[in-house]
Formats: sequence, structure tokens, C-alpha cells
Amino acid sequence: MNPALQGLLTIVIGVGGCVAYFYFSNIILDKVLFPPRGPNAGRNINRANMIRPWLFLLPALLALGLYLAYPVFETLRLSLTQRVRGGGYEFVGLANYQQMLREPKFWEGFSNNLLWLIVVPAASTAFGLLAAQLTDRIKWGAIAKSLIFMPMAISFVGAAVIFKLIYDTRPSGQEQIGVLNAVWLGFDGGVGSFIWLRLVPGLLLLALAAGAGVLAWSLIKPVIGREGRSPGVIFGALRILGAVLMAGVVFVMLRQTLAVFTTEFPYGQPQTWLTIPFWNNFFLMIVLIWIQTGFAMVLLSAALRGIPEETVEAAIVDGANPFQIFFKIKMPQIVGTIVVVWTTITIIVLKVFDIVFAMTNGQWETQVLANYMYDKLFRANDWGVGSAGAMVIMLMVTPILIWNVYNARKEMR
Amino acid sequence: MAELKLKDVAKTYGGSVEVLKNIDLEIGKGELVVFVGPSGCGKSTLLRMIAGLEEISGGTLEIDGQVVNDVPPAQRGIAMVFQSYALYPHMTVRDNMAFALKLAKKSKEEIDAAIQNAARILQLEPYLDRLPKALSGGQRQRVAIGRSIVRDPKVYLFDEPLSNLDAALRVATRIEIAQLKESMPDSTMIYVTHDQVEAMTLATRIVVLANKGIAQVGTPLELYERPENEFVAQFIGSPAMNLLPGKITGTGAQTTVALDGGGVAVSNAPSTEADMGRAVKLGARPEDLLETTNQDGAYIFEGKVDFTESLGEVTILYFEKVNGADPVIAKLPGIHSDLRGRNVRLSAAPEKVQVFLDGRSLYYR
Repeated sequence: MNPALQGLLTIVIGVGGCVAYFYFSNIILDKVLFPPRGPNAGRNINRANMIRPWLFLLPALLALGLYLAYPVFETLRLSLTQRVRGGGYEFVGLANYQQMLREPKFWEGFSNNLLWLIVVPAASTAFGLLAAQLTDRIKWGAIAKSLIFMPMAISFVGAAVIFKLIYDTRPSGQEQIGVLNAVWLGFDGGVGSFIWLRLVPGLLLLALAAGAGVLAWSLIKPVIGREGRSPGVIFGALRILGAVLMAGVVFVMLRQTLAVFTTEFPYGQPQTWLTIPFWNNFFLMIVLIWIQTGFAMVLLSAALRGIPEETVEAAIVDGANPFQIFFKIKMPQIVGTIVVVWTTITIIVLKVFDIVFAMTNGQWETQVLANYMYDKLFRANDWGVGSAGAMVIMLMVTPILIWNVYNARKEMR
Repeated sequence: MAELKLKDVAKTYGGSVEVLKNIDLEIGKGELVVFVGPSGCGKSTLLRMIAGLEEISGGTLEIDGQVVNDVPPAQRGIAMVFQSYALYPHMTVRDNMAFALKLAKKSKEEIDAAIQNAARILQLEPYLDRLPKALSGGQRQRVAIGRSIVRDPKVYLFDEPLSNLDAALRVATRIEIAQLKESMPDSTMIYVTHDQVEAMTLATRIVVLANKGIAQVGTPLELYERPENEFVAQFIGSPAMNLLPGKITGTGAQTTVALDGGGVAVSNAPSTEADMGRAVKLGARPEDLLETTNQDGAYIFEGKVDFTESLGEVTILYFEKVNGADPVIAKLPGIHSDLRGRNVRLSAAPEKVQVFLDGRSLYYR
């Protein structure tokens, strides 16, 4: 049969099956099981209405159970077993986990995942917020928004291919087709190079360091009793943790600022960008940021529109400048949406696989946990360690997922 | 001395849509001026122009002797209370009031003192650490007012501050605002409303806005007793003033008007010889019309009562329409449940009767 016909048939059977299921199951409920007639009509209607939601939920529950819940337990079981020669499995306890923890590639994936976790949600949310705020009042804002949103329609692999072309390298002397190398070869070590490769990035890094420093200070301020009410133990600990993290960011930023001004750049040499350790992670992250900024922008733009205009006007009358209006009036009012966006992107980041798989396949120190799991599971055929990797990802996702659902529900109320 | 002076102020949108023009107004220190007008007359726009939230398209605005057309809102010495209160939902009552002072880099002691003072005046002390969502409508309104008080502005601007409150609370808050004004005799207030009762009870002067300009400025009772034109006559007072067509038949210190409906009225408004025979409209408030049983005496209007509303203290009579004009309405004191369907003659005292020639009152010539 022609594949198109097959597809059509599948659609007809699938949709028709759904409709038939809902129609006939309700008919059976109303006509056969609890008919609204006879002496018990009232009771029967109540009972039928109690059962009806479950009729509608049943297919979804079955599918989720089969494809989500069951695999979780099966993966857990597999992560505690090991294949034996000649078929079958045997229980090995935590041996798979121990083996995994001894592997440097796992720790590389783990630390890279943490790096992704910090950079991508922060950058996507920040750019999304910026885009949402800037496109709000201008005439061509709608066009700008749809352009920024467009990458959402591209698959991760497709986006990875696009960026592979951007990072492409040709031998010295040939025409560079990669945009990044074409730009890079324009630098010759003169004044322009100093401005664009040392001064601008240096100042940007300093600004980031300052921003992180301010954030750290504002996090720690209530804890040491300088402002507001003292937070509880849990939030106090979280604030201290965040402040320490931010202090670390400040340190890294300052070190990189120094590096930006002192490193010798190999001018005139085309670079293979994806093989530069540490930095190649960022080249991969840019792909995901490029995609997720649109998502963040759409949600945050809707949230910004929801802010009562009069509170902004009251702030203007109170003497707030545009920055104060944005950070002290607008941002606090949409903080719930920001958290939802942030955690949603965090979950996507923890699962990131396609981009790394398609661009570097985890080489040159770009491994991430999902790709590590895939490597073990389908290349090394080691189901035990692969499942252990999967469990680690799940353990990391779960708390964020719960928090995300909690926040999303709070937003809806 | 004028605290606030508007000279030939105009507002246009996009260069072609004219909303306000030729607004000339002086507001003295300590006055409470109320802007009223039908919806869409630009009263809120005018307030927002004074606040600095809308650009002034033409003319000048002076506050305390300084032209402030291009001065940002925060430096104009004004504070504004919004219709929806516009409290910052993420800040406590205290922080809401402190926000402007913190931005102005006031010292902590100053801020605390200002907040304590405002909270005492407005009885908000128990709620200082609550978020706005934990307050009732009236309390939120008081916080919004408190946010203005702490800034100690030269001019307070109120944009329909009571329209989000229910009827009972509106009366209570109206009285609170009146008391607040009394406790701060030196502060100037501008108050926008579409509610006549608020305008009549609160204002030292009322500005009636209509047709892109000012229809009349005056004390509440001036507007009520001596409206300058037909618009103000019908806008102030409820039910609206009756306007009856007629011709001038007698001139001098008093004007006599023969009404098209057959009646004759005498008004204290002066007129000249030249006015003889001109078509005018006679204005008489429903509450100034009296039933007259003297069959030989002069009357203004005679008609059949179509419908009555008995409110106890007064009875409102709706007469049958004549030639599609608005029905004549009379408000008689006491209970008159037997008047429906009967012919009634009405008269009015000469000092209560207005005469409008080409829409303008003869009193203002």
C-alpha cells in the first residue's frame, strides 16, 4: 500500500477509534450500567457522573502508565542487573552505579550538565525577557517576535546542523564557509581586534561579574539581617547556597576577564571551534539558547502584558526611571512566570541529547549525561550502566519537575 | 496665589484628533477643584496631562509659578491616586508608601516618620506589613491616598478614586476624603469624577468639561443656581433641568417668556429691548416647579401626568411628551399618589427660572 494511504488509514483508525471509544463507553455507562430510569434514577445519574471522568482519563492513564511509569521501574530494575553470558540477567546490586562513578566520562558529562544547567536557562530567560520587553512597544515588534520565535519550529538536530555550518572550518587559504571563521579571519591583531576581542568581551565579563556580585549581595542581605525580615532556615540556606554560587561565578568571570586581556590569540588561523575544550560547550549551548529564547519570550511577553498599566504609571509618578520600573515594578509582578519558564527550560536542558549527539557526539570534553546514557546503552550495549545513567538524570529532573508543577499550578490560581 | 495655572492648554492625538483645546484655568492654593463632565469629555486626560503622564500638545502648565510642560512627573510636585488604586501588588503597605521616598533617596528616619504620619491619619497602622491583596477595597484606597500623602506634594490628583467601591463604602470614603482635605487646608487637590454627588459635596469649585473645553467654572451652588449655559444646566442636578421653548414677550430687569405650550413665565434674568420676540429656552429645575391650583393665575406648564415615582420624601411626576421633546419632570415635596393621569399646572418663582438665549443664560451677558 502507498505510504500516504497508510498514513491516512492510521489517522482514520486512530481518531475514529478515539471517538468510538468515548462515544460507546459513555453509551454503555448511560444505557446499560446506570440507566437514568426506574426507582433509582437519581442515584444512577450520580454514579454515572462519578465514573464518567475516569472513562475520559482511562486512555491517557493507560498510555502514560505503559510508556512512562512502567519504563521508570524497568530502568530501575535494569540498572541493578547485569547480562549474563548465554542470555538472562542477574542481580548485581549497585555495581553498575559504582562502575559508572569510576568513569571520568560520566563526571565530564555530569559537570557539563551542571554548566548547561546554569547557563542555558539563565541566558534563555534573560534574552527572552529582554526581547519581550523591547518588542512590546514598537510597531514592528510583532515581526521581531515571530522571527525570534521561529527557531522553536526547528528540530534540535536541524538547529545543530545549521550551527555546524556556522562553526565550519576550512583549511587555511581556502574560502571559509563558516560565518564564525569568516569573522575571525577579519581580525589581524590591530586596534579593531583589541576593541572587539579584548575590550568588549572584557567589559561584558566585568558587567556579568558585577551583576552576579549584586545578586549575591541581595541574596545574602536578609540572611545577615541588613534588610527586611529574616528568612526561614530553608530559604536562608538556599539564599546562602545561591550567594556562594554567585560568588563562584564572580570569581570565574574575573579570571576569564584577566584571560581575555592576556591570552595570545592565533590571528589568521582558521579555528576548529568545536574542538576547543571548555568553550566548545558554550558553542553547543548557544544552539539551545537560540531555540529556547523564543519560548521564554512568548510566555514572558504575555505576562508583561498582564501587568496593570496603572502600577507602571504610579511608579512613573513616584519617580522611578525605566530601569527601576522594569526591575522593581514589572519583574516582581511576573516572577511566577519567570520561575515557570526557568524551570521548564531547566528540564529541557537536563534532557539535552540531540544537539550534543549531532554536533560533537560528546567528543572534545562536551559529553552530557543523556548522550553518555545513549553511548552506554546502544553503543557499548551495557544496559546496566546505561540505565544507571538514566536514573541519575531522572533523579536530577524530578525535584525541578515537582517545583515546576507547583509553580505552574500557583500561577494558574 | 495660583498654585496651578493652565494657559490655553490643548491636547491632540496624532496631530489631527482634537480632545481638548483652549483650557484656561487657575487653581489657588488649598482649593479642591473637581473636574466633571460626560464620559469622553477629556477630564481624565486633562488630569493626566497635569500629572505628566500625557504630553501637553499646546499651551503651558504652571505649577507654583514654574512652567512644567517638560518636567517629568516626579519632579512636578504632584501625587496621584488612581482609579484602580495601582498599588504595587508585591510590596507591603509600608513598602508601597516608602517606594517614592526611597527613590528620592530620603533617609530611613524621614521615611519612617512620613509613613507613621500617613498611617496615623488614614488609620492604616495595623496593616503596614500586609500585602495589598490582604486588604479590603476601602483599605486599598486609603493606602493609595497614603502613598500620596507621604510625598507631601503641592498638588494631589485624584482620578475617579471612588468608582471601584460599593455604594456604602463610597459615601464613607467620600466623607473621609472631605475630612482629609480639612485636616490639610494648605494642600491643593484636583479630583476627577463623573459622580455629581461627589462633585457637589467635595468641591470648593467645579470645572464642567464639555465639547473639548470648559463649559463653566464655579462653586457647586453657582453651577446649580446660575448655570452659564444649557449644557451645565442639564448636566448638574438630577433629574436634569427642564428646558421649555418659548419667546420673549417682556424685557427689562425681569424677563417675561411666553411658552410654546401656552404658559407664561417670569424670570429675574435681565434682558434688553432688542431681545423682544426672540426664541429662547426656559429652564426650570424639577424641584423648583410647584403645583398651582389657582385656575386664573399664571402657570409655566400644563400637562397630563403620565407616570409618577413616589420616593416618600418627594414624588417625581413625568408629564406626557409634547412633540417628541423630553418629558417635563417635576419633583413635588411629599406624597402625591393621586396625581397620575390628571392634568396638573406648574409654576415657579422668578428667581428660580433661567432663560437661555442661543444656549447661553441671560444672567451671563
